[in-house]
Parts: sequence; C-alpha cells; structure tokens
Amino acid sequence: MMPFADVVKFDLPAINYSAIAPILIIGGAAILSVLFEAFLPRQARRPVQLVLVLVSVVAALVVVISLAGTRLITANGSVAIDGPALLLQGTLLVVALLGALLMAERALDPLGDAFAPRASALPGSEDERQFAERGYFQTEIWPFFLFSLTGMLLFVAANDLLLMFVSLEVMSLPLYLLAGMARRRRLLSQEAALKYFLLGAFSSAFFLYGAALIYGYSGSIQLVSISDALAAKPGQGALLALGLGILLVGLLFKVAAVPFHQWTPDVYQGAPTPITGFMAATVKIAAFGALLRVLYVSFGGMRWDWTPMLWVIAILTMFVGCVIAVSQSDVKRMLAYSSIAQAGFILVGVVSATRAGLSSSIFYLIAYAFTTIGAFAIVTMVRDGSGEATHLSKWAGLGRKSPLVASLMALFMLALTGIPLTSGFIGKFGVFAAAIASGGTWLVIVAVVASVVSAFFYARVIVIMFFSAPGPDTATVAVPSVFTVVALAAGATMTIVLGVFPQPVLDLVNNADIFVR
Amino acid sequence: MIFPWLTVVGLVPLIGSIVVAFLPNARPTLAKQVAFGFSLIPLVLTVLMALQFKADSTEPFQFVESHPWIPAFGISYSVGIDGIALVLIAMSTVLVPVVILAGWNDGDTGRGSVKGYFALVLVLETLIIGVFSSVDVFLFYVFFEVMLVPIYFLIGRYGGVQRSYAAVKFLLYSLVGGLFMLASLVSLYVVSAQMTGTGTFDFLSLAGLHIDPLTQKFLFLGFFFAFAVKAPLWPFHTWLPDAAAEAKPGTSVLLIGILDKVGTFGMIRYCLPIFPAASVFYAPIVIGMALIGIFYGAYVALGQKDMKRLFAYSSMSHFGFIALGIFVFTAQGQSGSVVYMVAHGLSTALLFLVGGYLMSRYRGSSNIDDFGGVNKAAPVLAGFFTVAALSSLALPGLLSFIGEFLVLIGSFERYMWVGAIATLGIVITAAYVLRVYQITMTGPLKPELVGIKDLTGREIAAMAPIVAMVVFLGFFPSPLMKVINPAVDRTMVATGSTTPAPALAPAEGSTP
Repeated sequence: MMPFADVVKFDLPAINYSAIAPILIIGGAAILSVLFEAFLPRQARRPVQLVLVLVSVVAALVVVISLAGTRLITANGSVAIDGPALLLQGTLLVVALLGALLMAERALDPLGDAFAPRASALPGSEDERQFAERGYFQTEIWPFFLFSLTGMLLFVAANDLLLMFVSLEVMSLPLYLLAGMARRRRLLSQEAALKYFLLGAFSSAFFLYGAALIYGYSGSIQLVSISDALAAKPGQGALLALGLGILLVGLLFKVAAVPFHQWTPDVYQGAPTPITGFMAATVKIAAFGALLRVLYVSFGGMRWDWTPMLWVIAILTMFVGCVIAVSQSDVKRMLAYSSIAQAGFILVGVVSATRAGLSSSIFYLIAYAFTTIGAFAIVTMVRDGSGEATHLSKWAGLGRKSPLVASLMALFMLALTGIPLTSGFIGKFGVFAAAIASGGTWLVIVAVVASVVSAFFYARVIVIMFFSAPGPDTATVAVPSVFTVVALAAGATMTIVLGVFPQPVLDLVNNADIFVR
Repeated sequence: MIFPWLTVVGLVPLIGSIVVAFLPNARPTLAKQVAFGFSLIPLVLTVLMALQFKADSTEPFQFVESHPWIPAFGISYSVGIDGIALVLIAMSTVLVPVVILAGWNDGDTGRGSVKGYFALVLVLETLIIGVFSSVDVFLFYVFFEVMLVPIYFLIGRYGGVQRSYAAVKFLLYSLVGGLFMLASLVSLYVVSAQMTGTGTFDFLSLAGLHIDPLTQKFLFLGFFFAFAVKAPLWPFHTWLPDAAAEAKPGTSVLLIGILDKVGTFGMIRYCLPIFPAASVFYAPIVIGMALIGIFYGAYVALGQKDMKRLFAYSSMSHFGFIALGIFVFTAQGQSGSVVYMVAHGLSTALLFLVGGYLMSRYRGSSNIDDFGGVNKAAPVLAGFFTVAALSSLALPGLLSFIGEFLVLIGSFERYMWVGAIATLGIVITAAYVLRVYQITMTGPLKPELVGIKDLTGREIAAMAPIVAMVVFLGFFPSPLMKVINPAVDRTMVATGSTTPAPALAPAEGSTP
C-alpha cells in the first residue's frame, strides 16, 4: 500500500471570480504588461502598453459598475465585496485612469516624458547622457502602475489582515520605485524614493506586527472574527490595545496622518509630478478605505477606546498640515502639506464612527481625489527652462499670461479651501455634520479654525498668480497634448459638478455605507 | 406656470457677465455698453416685481420658488422675498447700473482686462440678489461665501497700491466669519434633525423650531460673528478701511453700500427669528458694540486725511446705528434700521462716487489736503457733494433722516440712555462730514486744481437718480414703510417683543 493513499483532503477555497473580476483584470493586465516589456521591440512598447492600460482600466470599471449592489464575502473570508469596496474601487479606477493620462503625457517636457530613460543609470554619468541622446523612453512604468493599482483594488476589499498586508505591499512597492524615476532633478527623486521605501517598509512591518498581536489576542486574522472575539472577551487586554495601536501606525502612515507624515513632503516633491498626483489621490483613497474597514468592522465594538486617540491625531494632522503649509515656497511641498491637512479633515469623518461618518468620508475622498489630480496636472504644465517651475515665485503673474490655466488652479485652490459651490465644501459639510451628530462639536470647531488657516496658503497661490505682475523668471504654461487636457478637464468638471449637483454621488455614497460582515 | 421672477432677476446679470467675458479684449467700450445694458434689465424687472408685491399679504414670503437641490442634506433651492428683502434688492438693482455708469473708466487700470471688471460686477449682482432672496439657510450661506470671490478679485486686481494686502485681509476676515457660521450652520442642521427627525435648512421650518435657549446661545454666536464681520461691527471692522481705500470707488460702493447690508440683513432675518432667546440674551452686548462703533467710527473719521478711509469709517459709524436699531427690539427701531440700510446704501453711493469724481480730476489722489476750493472750479460737483454730505448726516428731508430718526426713537423707547447717547453721535458725524466738505470744496481754489472740469453728462446721469430717490423718499417714505412694516412686525412676533408704550400720562383734560 502506498503511503500516499491517505490522500490529504485539501479544500480549494470557494472564490467568486466574477466578484473579484476587476482585481483579476488589472492583475492580469499587469502580468501581460511585464510580458510586453520583456518581449516587444522597444518602439512598440509604449503604444501597446498605453492601449493595455486604457482597455484594462475601462474594462475593470465596467465590471465594477455591473457589480453594483453585490454584498458578499469570498475567498475563504479574505475578500469582501460590498458597497464601500465597489464604490472605492470604481473611484480608484477612474482616478487611476486620470493618473495614467498624466503619466502618458509627452508634449510638455522637450526631452520627452516625466520619467528618466534609464532609472538605473547614475545621475550625471555618461550612461545617462547616452540614453537620453538615443531617445529611449521608460515604459516599465506601466507594469508598475498596474501592479500598484491591483494592490489598491485589493486593499479596499481585503477582509483579513494578512491579505491587507499583502495588498499593502503590492500597492506600495511599485510606488517606491516610481517615485525614484523622475527625469529631472534625479538626485532629489532618488532620495525621495529611498525615504519612501525605508519609511514605508518600517510602517508595513509595524502593520504586520500589529496584525500578529491582534491574531494573538483573537485567534484569527479575519476582521469579523476579531470583532466576535472582542465581543466574547469584554475586557480588552494589553495585547489588543497594543496590536490595534501598532496596526494603526501602519495604516496612518499610508494616510499621511501626523505624526506619521514625515515622508509626504519629500516624496511628493521628489517624485515625478504625474506619480505624485497619482499617489496623492489613489493611495489616500485606498488607505482610508482599508482604515475604515478595519476600524468599523473589527473594532467598532471598542470605538470608545480608539476614537479619543483618533481625535488627537485628527487635530494634530489638521493643524500641522495647515501651519507648516503656510511657510512653504515650493508648490509641490505645499500641496503635500495640504494633502496632510485634508487627511485630517477626512479623519474627522472617520472619528464619528457612524454610517454618516463612513459615507461622508468616502464622499470627501472622491471630491479630494479629483481636485488633487487636477492641481497636480497644472503643476506639470507650469514650466521654465529647467523643467517644472515649482517655486511659487515663478508662478507670479500667471493669471495674466495664461488666464485659463490660472483660473483652473484657482478653482482647485478654492475647492481645497472649501468655498461653497465646489466639491470641497460639500465634502467638509458632510464630514462636519457627521462629526457634530456624534458629539464631536469641538473637533468641528478645531477643523473650522484649521480651514481658516488653510485658506491663507490656498489664497496665497491665487494672489501670486493673479495679483502680482509677471516677472522676468515667471514660468510659462506649456501646451499639453490631449492626455493632460482630458485629465485636467475631468478634474475640474468633477470639482464643479460635485459642488453644484452632488446629489447623485451623495446617493451612491449613502447607499454604500455599510460594510459586509 | 408662475413666472420665476427672482430666478430670472438673478440670472440676467450672470448671463450678462458671461456675454461680457466673451467679448473681444480689443473692444472695451463695447464691453462697458453691454454690461450697462444688462444691468438695466434687473432694475426693470425689480420695479415690475415691486409693483406686484402685496404689502398687506399674510404670507411671510412672496414670489416663492422652491426646488429640491441636495435632498440628502435637506437643502433646496428656495427663494422668496419679504418687504425687507424687496427694498434691499431694489436698492441693489439701482446701484449696480449707477456703479457701472459712474465707473466707466474704472476698469482701465492696465492690470486686468476692462471687460473683466464689468463681468465681475455683474456676477456680484447675481450673488447679491441670491443672498437677499434665499429662503433656504444653506443657499443663503452659499451665496454669502461665494460673494467674497468677485470682490476679492475686484479689489485685488483693479485696486490701488496696497490692493493685494487689502484683498487678502478682506478675504481672510470674511472667511473666518463664514467658517464659524458654517460650524453653526451644520450644528443647526443636526439640531433640526434631532428635533424633527429629518434635518432641514428651510428658513420657515427652522424659525418654527423652538430650540432650547442654551443651544441657541451657542449657535447664535457663529451666525452673529459672521454678520458682525460683514457689517462691520466694532471690533471686527479693521478690514473695511483698507478695502475701501484700495478699491475703486465703484467697488467700494458695492462693498459698503450693498455687501455690508448682507450682514445686518442676516441679523434681522436669520439671527432674530431662528434664535430669539439668544438674541434677547446677547442684545445688551450687541447694543454696547453698536454704540462703541458709532462713536469710534465717527471719531476716527474726524481725524482721517484720506477721503476714502474717512468714508469707510463713517460707514462703520452708520452701521452702528443700524445694528442698534435691530437689537433694541422695537418696531420703530427695526423699521428704522431697514430704512437706514437703504438710505445708507444710497448715501454711500453718493459719497464714494463724488469722491471718485474728485479723485479722478487730480492724479487719483484721495488725500483731502490735496483739494481746496473745488466749488469754484466745479460747482456741480460741489453741489452733489453737498447732497452727499447732508445725506450722510441725516438732514431732515432726506431719506437717511427717516432711518436715523426711527432708530433713535426706537432706542429711546426701550432704553432711554442708549437713545440719548446715540443721538450725540450725530454731532460728531456732522463734524467730520462738514469738515471734509469745507476743506475740499470751500476756500480758495488750489493752484494745482485750476482748470479741472466739472461733471460730465455721464457722471451726472449716474448720480442724479440717486439724489432724486434720496430726496423723494425723504419727503415721501410711505412706499418704503408700507412694505417694510409688515416684515418687521413678523420679526417682532418671532422674538416675542412688544414695543413699549409711551410712559407719559395723558394730558389733563383729555379723555383717559
């Protein structure tokens, strides 16, 4: 008798492939993209990759829309496809598409696109010069983009901590690389990539350690089981508190909350601007999606314990973001601190720990993502002889030289301030209403004061553009090709539409305000 | 289908501004003419609306239109006017064409395009009409905040030397006020949701809620702070002198003559009916602030060397009277406030426009000491300045007298000493206004001013209607009072106030 006659029964997990089809489409496209990189001739790579990216993102979006209303848990309890997950996945896909359009732009930089032709060539070396002369282009950005997007789509749908960790890594590793691939100011870019990698690796390690501690407490990594364990053992032990705290460090790092925000200004400034725009929008959506799911599903029962801590973090985030942004003179750094402040406002919604808090946070994320992509699209367009002109003094008088572009930037700045009739106002309104309804009146007052401070540095950009005379070293606005134009138009349109007619999106968001258990 | 009067009146300037914005840059005169034409249409429509307005109607608002806008937050696009809103809208639709006509050359600074100036003025008119006609508190807030944007650009691009500083100061001050009002607004929504089950922003529903007094006191503060910054009430006034000094005269007329009225309008329309207990509670403090503002503004105006700053401080002083009239909770006081709002809008227009004409004749200087004896070279200008000055000091026979008199009587009825003290403010008003007239207009003609021209036909045409209105309504204010009094009575009922009866005993021999 053969020893292997005792067949070990191995149950394959039941996977609902149609529910996770968007993730599979993007993941499959990512793998295809790598194969294209390996086997296609150089000239054919870019058009084929562009088509692949476009088709796969649109296809995934169509599938997400057709899945609307699904509420199920699949893959042995690892993946949860519910209203918030689908809504966030849809938003991620749309925003990623706009990011891809920005990445594909070639008409702005006289040398080509925003990416170094050979990222591994030492800056200032002979190799680098030769590659630039031969007109090589970097097309590996597309597999990175698709892998990162896969990670993000999975991150918002992950229902257990291990899958969350895996998708966190899949999302982040390509971004670490992409941050280092700028064509201009390469040393700054590589420094940004290294900082992002080191700090990101640390925070992922924190996440994993926190997950391990929570597993130790609850005996499971599944979010629902953790919640059940919490209910079964009422007195929470040190293991749980520590585990939750350490886990949140990992998540709050990605969200760029204070005091885990130190990477944001350097990385945003050093990364190529299309990547900054892509990161600023999508990573925040994904990270908040996961944060909301973990907090509401697993730890909803002990909300009285983590809400005070998040109160403090929200207040710190809003204030540090706003106050430090006031002193910034580089527009990318200013936008980085501004996105830290915006994360603080979203945390105000998260802290309310109610369904209204969930839906208002998601709406704010959607509004913020479109505005951010638009703002970074404009940053890619303002250039001088040495590439992007990111110092604010070079933006003086832009309102006279290019009124349309300056007006769009003014629109985005007003939206981020929260002027009515822009998406930012409805977002802030929803978040404040949710917070007050759950007793966070003081938090809202702090948020209002922070908004006032933020108005100063947002208005300063408008002042510089419109109220100063153009100087000799004022930048010019390069004429973009259709890619950036579409991304910019989409960002501006959504900013206005969500401000004036937010009801359709509000309905979407209000219908998607319960996580599946 | 009822004709949507208010939406049409509001949309016409917006359409006009878009048309003007798309005109070619090389034809500035065409832009000015098109803008002027478009600004006359709301005036005509408002007159038609006023003729149809029923002063004795029992409905709180007329010309009401209501469509749901963001049902998730209980927000609807609801507009409607009562008597107070009607007179303020009428004042605005009169002032905008006047400003466009008088400021014909204001856009030619070389910094921004000419058509941009007039397009911004027209957009501002839409927002002003929206702010006065909103019946949904959220809609009011939206217009209240968005109004800041055109003014910010008007000051910042077309203003004087320190325009950038003045514009940013104005913007930040107003935003601070607006954001605190937002906190109150959101809390009000949450309170209404807790009290009625569904949150709403409809003004009449909110006014009908009986919110507990403690909550009222907190919510009132947010709203009041925003309105106090706008009005401006001492001590939140410091943005006004800079903004008025740097802006073009036409912009100052819009800013001080109309926009600031939004602050006091907000107090009487929103603070009092929605938070009656809190209004009564805070009234002594507000009256104190108003009194200080009257004297502070007048006293500082007395010492000003810059004409525009002087007018700005004088406005601040007048706004003290208006706020006083609102918070003494008497019918005369509140009616007087509303009349004073209209009168002040008109007399501010006169002052700033005359000041603008004067400045444009001598290097754009607003320094009072640069001028002297102008009535010899430009008697018509001096004549208009006389009317402006007398209107500012509330000479009987002009509309401002009606307003001031009613406010003072109203204050006197409730708090005798307050009325007495406020009356003293008139003395200082007379001092500073006559001082500026004396220095600039009388005396020997300064040698630098020899050869300055008197007012042109366009300039006269801009100011004559205002003078006519001020004089006519000063002698015959009853059309105004007829529409204002019912609205004021409703506010009085909402706050549960009654006008104290006169305390004198009947004269001997008269029947008891």
